[in-house]
Amino acid sequence: MAFQRDGDLNLEATELRLGPPGTTEEPEKQTHPTTTAKCNKRSLPDMNEESAGSRTNNSNVSNEKKHDRTSPPTKAQVVGWPPIRSYRKNCLQAKKMEAEAAGSGIYVKVSMDGAPYLRKIDLKVYKDYPELLKALEDMFKFKVGEYSEREGYNGSEFAPTYEDKDGDWMLVGDVPWDMFMNSCKRLRIMKGSEARGLSCAV
Amino acid sequence: MVINKKPRSHNHSLNPNFMREDRTEMSEDDDRSPPSDSVTTTDSCFSKTQTRTSGSTSGSGPSSVPEFQAPYPDQVLENVLENVLCFLTSRRDRNAASLVCRSWYRVEALTRSELFIGNCYALSPRRATSRFTRIRSVTLKGKPRFADFNLLPPTWGAYFAPWVSAMAKAYPWLEKLHLKRMTVTDDDLALLAESFSGFKELVLVCCDGFGTSGLAYVASKCRQLRVLDLIESEVSDDEVDWISCFPESEMCLESLIFDCVDCPINFDALERLVARSPSLRKLRLNRSVSIGQLHRLMVRAPQLTHLGTGSFRPSEDVAHGEQEPDYVSAFAACESLVCLSGFREIVPDYLPAIYPVCANLTSLNLSYANINAEQLRPIIRNCHKLQILWVLDSICDEGLQAVAATCKELHELRVFPIDACEDSEGPVSEVGLQAISEGCRKLQSILYFCQRMTNAAVIAMSKNCPDLVVFRLCIMGRHRPDHVTGEPMDEGFGAIVMNCKNLTRLAVSGLLTDRAFSYIGRYGKTVRTLSVAFAGDSDMGLKYVLEGCPRLQKLEIRDSPFGDAALLSGLHHYYNMRFLWMSSCKLTSGGCQQIARALPRLVVEVINDEADEDMGNFVDKLYMYRSLEGPRDDAPKVVSIL
Repeated sequence: MAFQRDGDLNLEATELRLGPPGTTEEPEKQTHPTTTAKCNKRSLPDMNEESAGSRTNNSNVSNEKKHDRTSPPTKAQVVGWPPIRSYRKNCLQAKKMEAEAAGSGIYVKVSMDGAPYLRKIDLKVYKDYPELLKALEDMFKFKVGEYSEREGYNGSEFAPTYEDKDGDWMLVGDVPWDMFMNSCKRLRIMKGSEARGLSCAV
Repeated sequence: MVINKKPRSHNHSLNPNFMREDRTEMSEDDDRSPPSDSVTTTDSCFSKTQTRTSGSTSGSGPSSVPEFQAPYPDQVLENVLENVLCFLTSRRDRNAASLVCRSWYRVEALTRSELFIGNCYALSPRRATSRFTRIRSVTLKGKPRFADFNLLPPTWGAYFAPWVSAMAKAYPWLEKLHLKRMTVTDDDLALLAESFSGFKELVLVCCDGFGTSGLAYVASKCRQLRVLDLIESEVSDDEVDWISCFPESEMCLESLIFDCVDCPINFDALERLVARSPSLRKLRLNRSVSIGQLHRLMVRAPQLTHLGTGSFRPSEDVAHGEQEPDYVSAFAACESLVCLSGFREIVPDYLPAIYPVCANLTSLNLSYANINAEQLRPIIRNCHKLQILWVLDSICDEGLQAVAATCKELHELRVFPIDACEDSEGPVSEVGLQAISEGCRKLQSILYFCQRMTNAAVIAMSKNCPDLVVFRLCIMGRHRPDHVTGEPMDEGFGAIVMNCKNLTRLAVSGLLTDRAFSYIGRYGKTVRTLSVAFAGDSDMGLKYVLEGCPRLQKLEIRDSPFGDAALLSGLHHYYNMRFLWMSSCKLTSGGCQQIARALPRLVVEVINDEADEDMGNFVDKLYMYRSLEGPRDDAPKVVSIL
């Protein structure tokens, strides 16, 4: 089945470091001829490497860019590794960056208690909570009430909630909008007693 | 009637296609005996004969017979031979035939129509055109494969120019040209277009150096053009409307592949071109073509067998709610479609449009389509006849399981990473590989990028898929062991060479000790191409391979601890190989010098990145190959030829 995201990550076994093979805690018998400085040097995204050994094309540049985007980078990129042709790398790289920059949409499913169908919305379309809530109200034909930090949503039997990256169910509106956009996996409009429970739980 | 050419001053007992058997062809200018194990009967045959004009093969002294003479028995024999040899098409058979004796050599050279040159520096254009005078089709390969990964300086070489000049004079009736990893300029293309009036097929794979202006020359001048295939080549945008350069009259175009051309094209001109090309069977569009435009083309060309769908998304200016064409019907109308690719910027919602053709598909390339298992499943479920599948790892192990469940005829699978870096998440793993091995028993070729793998899965594949010819596994994180047992990946690759008796191409990765190489040396008797990266412990690793694999032709190694001693252990074999590449290993220039001295017919190129000062003694990149010409004169400064 799907690989386990959570659970046993076994970070140590797959930890990547700069250095010659075998110099990890793993009990492998590795006899190591002394590695030259060259081995280490090769691992660095050296500007010199780019100009000397490679075409000045997007691949290395975009590797650098990618490098910056991942946080924190666990390993420096090596020239020509993994062995994917520049053309292919660029195509997919470009798509990823386009997606990140221009926004191909953050689509999340929205369910409402008691409604027989789910909807899907693009969070990027909205620029803040009021817009989002208004859209939800229109979509599902309900009213959401007044939001306050202490009391949650007052004056309605509905409460908009979302599941975040950690798998926790949160009340929509508690975190800053950007953080919400990045962590929201799906939305659920709770109804009735559960909703009331949430509004007091804050 | 065989027309005798004027006597040459020396024999060419050389073969640009160097056979794979353990033989060394050398110019008989050399009276030295060939290196160690390669004395052959043919060499002795050639050393006996002097320049001859007749077909006689007896070893008498130089002939004083005049050049043209009345036919005599041996002449008749040559005529017969010519008629018989015409039927030989395989170049290996022809190479064998050419070594029988002088007469056969000459007749074979006259009757060969397809020339294959695996390394453009193995011989000069002049030598090729002198020996083979009636060539209609040339295949020429240039840079080593690692050039694709930016390991070779861009000015390294493999220029098409000297070849096209020589061929323009020698082969005016040339019909077909197939180039791979060559640098081709617009001028070269212009010369080509001017020189070959009957030119029919141009295929450029992984080439660079030209642009749309070069294409315009070909389009406008090559009136008999049937095939124009640009595959994974870098084509610069000179803002020339090359599509409009095709002649207005009805065309015999059969194949037009330009999916790698990253510039906008004149779509209306393309549509008209397709409309007047009734023989068109293969059409691969670039990503500037929207799905709406694709529809228009499909309607014009339902006879297509191979289709590259372009972007597979609507163009920007399609308003929502506007009536969209019936894509499903368009696909349904293409009853001959067997090969589908493209999907360069796919909007997955449109993917179901291809349902009507799935049952007939033998080849499907989704390797630019970022789709998940859920989106793949309904498609793949219908692809019972599929033989070739290229996908992105975005389909995850589940997607591969779906493939395994349906595609029982699968011969070739390639799984590319959507995120090609070492610490990406890696949505496919040993689970997918295992599933494929169980479901696709007829698998012959696999290329699999992943972050996690186990020996068990690789061993399973070696047993379940005994027909494997190509096994390329790329565990993207360097030195990664079996992620379940923590052991090196030696046993997995060992099982592959042991169990897959037809294996000719192998690429290894992950944590590998010398043991893996000892397996390869011991069992990999049919291996011709081997790629190694970040593997091995010591010189022994390389020694095992060089001493154990008699069929080895192409060996490319990077970032592995193999040194001079290992390099020297292959001396007996290097003349039988097309090339050896070693970069970031432990070779010294002294070691490379030794090789160069020991093997005069080997060109030993050393490329040192100028930037690396404290490289010490180690050679950065070594690329060596056999050649009849000696050091080339077009090498850039960074390359030194020993």
